[in-house]
Amino acid sequence: MAMEVTQLLINAQSIDGTVRKHAEESLKQFQEQNLAGFLLSLAGELANDDKPVDSRKLAGLVLKNALDAKEQHRKYELVQRWLALDMSTKSQIRAFLLKTLSSPVPDVRSTASQVIAKVAGIELPQKQWPELIVSLLSNIHQLPAHVKQATLETLGYLCEEVSPDVVEQEHVNKILTAVVQGMNAAEGNNDVRLAATRALYMALGFAQANFNNDMERDYIMRVVCEATLSPEVKIRQAAFECLVSIASTYYEKLAHYIQDIFNITAKAVREDDESVALQAIEFWSSICDEEIDILEEYGGEFAGDSDVPCFYFTKQALPGLVPLLLETLLKQEEDQDLDEGAWNIAMAGGTCLGLVAKAVGDDIVPHVMPFIEEKISKPDWREREAATYAFGSILEGPSADRLMAIVNAALTFMLNALTNDPSNHVKDTTAWTLGRIFEFLHGSTIETPIITQANCQQIITVLIQTMKDAPNVAEKACGALYFLAQGYEDIGPNSPLTPYFQEIIQSLLSVAHREDATESRLRTAAYEALNEVVRCSTDETSTMVLQLVPVIMLELHNTLEGEKLSMDEREKQNELQGLLCGCLQVIIQKLGSEPTKYMFMQSADQMMGLFLRVFGCRSATAHEEAMLAIGALAYAAGPDFAKYMPEFYKYLEMGLQNFEEYQVCAVTVGVVGDICRALEDKVLPYCDGIMTQLLKDLSSNQLHRSVKPPIFSCFGDIALAIGEDFEKYLRYSMPMLQSAAELSAHSSGADDEMTEYTNSLRNGILEAYSGIFQGFKNSPKTQLLIPFAPHILQFLDSIYMEKDMDEVVMKTAIGVLGDLADTLGSHVGGLIQQSVSSKEFLNECLSSDDHTIKEAAEWAKHAITRAISV
Amino acid sequence: MAPHEIRRPFKRRPISDQQKRRELSLLRQSQHRSDAQQRARNLASSVISLQSSSPDVDPEILFEAAVPELDEGTESESSSFDVRQASRLRGPEARKWFARQLMLPEWMIDVPDNLSRDWYVLARPAGKRCFVVSSDGTTVSRVRNGSILHHFPSALPGGARKKGASGPANSYSILDCIFHESDQTYYVIDMVCWRGYSLYECTAEFRFFWLQSKLAETGACDPPSFYHKFRFSAVPFYNCDQTGLHSAYTGSLPYVKDGLLFYNKHAHYHTGNTPLVLIWKDESCSQYVIDTDNNGEVPNQQHIVLELQEEGKLVTSDDPPVPFSCLNADFVKQSGLLSGSLIRFAIGDGGLNCVDGRFEKADLQYIGVSNRARAFADSYSKIMFQYMARHSPLKVEDLASTISHENQQDKTPEVEMSD
Repeated sequence: MAMEVTQLLINAQSIDGTVRKHAEESLKQFQEQNLAGFLLSLAGELANDDKPVDSRKLAGLVLKNALDAKEQHRKYELVQRWLALDMSTKSQIRAFLLKTLSSPVPDVRSTASQVIAKVAGIELPQKQWPELIVSLLSNIHQLPAHVKQATLETLGYLCEEVSPDVVEQEHVNKILTAVVQGMNAAEGNNDVRLAATRALYMALGFAQANFNNDMERDYIMRVVCEATLSPEVKIRQAAFECLVSIASTYYEKLAHYIQDIFNITAKAVREDDESVALQAIEFWSSICDEEIDILEEYGGEFAGDSDVPCFYFTKQALPGLVPLLLETLLKQEEDQDLDEGAWNIAMAGGTCLGLVAKAVGDDIVPHVMPFIEEKISKPDWREREAATYAFGSILEGPSADRLMAIVNAALTFMLNALTNDPSNHVKDTTAWTLGRIFEFLHGSTIETPIITQANCQQIITVLIQTMKDAPNVAEKACGALYFLAQGYEDIGPNSPLTPYFQEIIQSLLSVAHREDATESRLRTAAYEALNEVVRCSTDETSTMVLQLVPVIMLELHNTLEGEKLSMDEREKQNELQGLLCGCLQVIIQKLGSEPTKYMFMQSADQMMGLFLRVFGCRSATAHEEAMLAIGALAYAAGPDFAKYMPEFYKYLEMGLQNFEEYQVCAVTVGVVGDICRALEDKVLPYCDGIMTQLLKDLSSNQLHRSVKPPIFSCFGDIALAIGEDFEKYLRYSMPMLQSAAELSAHSSGADDEMTEYTNSLRNGILEAYSGIFQGFKNSPKTQLLIPFAPHILQFLDSIYMEKDMDEVVMKTAIGVLGDLADTLGSHVGGLIQQSVSSKEFLNECLSSDDHTIKEAAEWAKHAITRAISV
Repeated sequence: MAPHEIRRPFKRRPISDQQKRRELSLLRQSQHRSDAQQRARNLASSVISLQSSSPDVDPEILFEAAVPELDEGTESESSSFDVRQASRLRGPEARKWFARQLMLPEWMIDVPDNLSRDWYVLARPAGKRCFVVSSDGTTVSRVRNGSILHHFPSALPGGARKKGASGPANSYSILDCIFHESDQTYYVIDMVCWRGYSLYECTAEFRFFWLQSKLAETGACDPPSFYHKFRFSAVPFYNCDQTGLHSAYTGSLPYVKDGLLFYNKHAHYHTGNTPLVLIWKDESCSQYVIDTDNNGEVPNQQHIVLELQEEGKLVTSDDPPVPFSCLNADFVKQSGLLSGSLIRFAIGDGGLNCVDGRFEKADLQYIGVSNRARAFADSYSKIMFQYMARHSPLKVEDLASTISHENQQDKTPEVEMSD
């Protein structure tokens, strides 16, 4: 059955295009005609030490690709095909793969490791290849070093591929034992030790039981800590990676080791190679992440006994940790602000300092202030920048009370530095720090304002001036302006920005038009600031926002007139289109209601014309932005939007078909809802097309699952808009809702992410039912819904019994109970009375603290009373 | 196995503005969805209320049931609840009930803020203000005092016994109209319920929009026919800017005008007197600026009607009532006046005295008990408007200049956008 594939595989890597293409096609043909033979041939090639390395490596790669794919539906297909192969083929392939692990060629061994993990990923959940782990580990101590290394690597990949719950604890113990022994200092071979350390990183998720056992945990921790002292840098780095992962996975087990770990990390940060130091800093960042999460969840008052308590590791480490991080700030790279991809120890240290501030609050201030005061005016730019960066980093976390005096004192200094400091780097950080001040210490919740009548003018002048500085500095100034505007979000009818509004808008537009605006994200930052300034503006300046409409439209128009552009230019053009559509979206929402609506709507035709042209360009981001803007426009236009539908419809359909860029699809689904509410029954002529598309979307396994709940909600929007005309869609939509409901009713015991998805799915389904019931209300066709009532009531009961619904679902669910009673009335009185929902669930909602739930429940109670009293 | 790169966001906001836009859109959409559902539920509830009143219940019992409702005041909720039962009311009860269902404009005695932004203006047709209810295959119009003006078939939903009439059997509609004698047309100024959907809790903006789009669909605006005895017509309304005011004031319309009505766009349909709807008149847009007496003559002195309360207090019909004066207790006893009576006075040469725009005292001359057909005393704004009309009227120029002043304030210097 197997076939000679060496030549094909070599040809498939030929530089000659024709040869390569021919070989690729032959391989594809072989795969399609005889999958078993194809896979077996590849495995044989990979295992054969007499074959050239290149053909063996490619054989492994092709084999791997025949087992796994990125797209979920494709992956599922491949798995099914593998599982359908006959046992003898599979056994032969497995044997070839295991044999390859002892090949003298390192690359080939590594490829085989990955393929074995893929096969395990498919087979272990099916209880196939049960002997794999045992056979890998059977004689690991007697193996030659290179085979041992390959075996450990295979175990690592395997842990990455396979979920912990399909591996028996006995096997987990064996894997961990082998891995930790491989890491041990007693292991003389560095390759083996490195492979073992990296394998542990993957296996940590399997070690729950072992971390609960004091002795085993001590052993693992000791070995990991020892590995951080290995003379080999790669091993030290891999060992710190393990510590980082342990920080988040086993935070609650660390109390006993934290002092030692502090010493190890401090030494690494100060003395080790940067790649190692970065991981050491990351350990503390991860600890902060954990503590921030815990404190956020419990508001600092830990009471429960099953959840993770806060051990305040960060707080205890403050006296040593803060100076350590402050030292790193002085190790800036010359041009780090100009390089998008830069990541160095100073950046990591500053980021960690910010997290420490968030985790400990006020306590950080005295540890940082002396550093800032000492260095902020030093002649060396590194010291000034480090001081400023430290200051900016600690602005989120400590209370406004604690920071206010310091910030007020620093403000003038900052504004001065922004104007006069010779260093680009210092200015960049200063502008960023100002932005942080406005982000966290400016706004309606702050008692004593930082920005006053006395300094407002100066602040704005300096920021506008800074917008003319180098692109990276100007970008930060735009960011500062963003938060400056945001702070006035709910200022009331008179905004202190009003006198400067025109100047600010003009300056931002000028920045966006700078020749170098595409550097350092400057153009994006300028439009984002413009959006925020508009969003937070008051009626006082609405005339000026109105005047912005033709300006932005003209810019969008210009991007559509582009000549022949290079790929790069086209990409920038598309990005700009996205920004401009986003900006128009913000303006529409600002002006699309009274009193500016009438004036604004004069531009609607032209604007819609531009949006439609944007759909002619190939750019997912621009499409998404244009779609969002159209949704806002539909809401503003109301029934008048009908006139755009004939032209717009095809793009709506295109959006709904866009499986690949699922964000576009999701946004389009939302816009269908906007259109339904705007057009109401006038949407009817388009509903056949829209419903067909939505039903296709639901049945597709290619579409990202996050789009499915909104599609259900959209059914509700349509039904509410067209009322009893929804009749013809009932026979398609109801079964889909029903099966989705069944799926979402029984998914208990899932992880948080799954519960969240389940709830969003439930909410979508319930919103669909709500819309359908209310849409059919008062129609003689109401009786068509009666047959669905028992199932829907069951669904509500099951949601209630599962006890894992969130508040949104609770509100929607109790509303559906009311809708059902309201629309079907006495026809379902008996059924309702039998349901749990109409008693316990309703009572629970009636006594809810959430007034929206209570309101919905009161309404449901009212409707039920009527339904059962007739 | 490669090392695991870590890189955290540096000097960056955690979410992009695009993500923010996306989230704000989703928020907006879900808010609008829940609003739409809420609206559907409210509308539906009012229908439930009506369905529960089964038609074969003894009218007497319904009558009794309806009376306690009246005493509790006039909440909009109960008003839609009772409209069909109330059709069975007779005499003073009916009069009072229906009078309370209409939204009554105050008279414009000063110009409200933001006229051009927040208000509509329309030319009020001259004629009888009435409530038109279509249901169960017939249409009934009742004037302000509750007496029936016409009982007739119409093309309104459920307004005629006609096969194929749309809508559920027991749906009903209520329109706020003015019947214009000369062309025998019901001019619709507001829509209160439509096909069983209550519009009480909707803004004027929405009601007017609904009225314009729904009325024409039914054929109610068509010329009269066998199943449609009177023509209906929606009164054109304008945004109260210069152009709108001008159109309403001078525009040529198929009906005779009787002043201008101003509706606040955000106001719900509020039964009884409301400052969110205003009436204003002058000689050139109304034949009846200054009240006439029974003979159609303008009396030399302004006549007003006040309600007598306990201890001789005389008050207007406002809620709360504005006290105007006090009758001597002996006089009350002598003339046998009862508390609750409506009494007519003339305003003497002493006139009305106002301090800081608030009424302070009046020179009132007793005339006698008012005509029995009246249900209520005059409102404060009516008395003041009439008084001003005789002395220093609010002119159309005043309205126009207020609007242009508002516009000036809004206008800011030209913005030049340049690089």
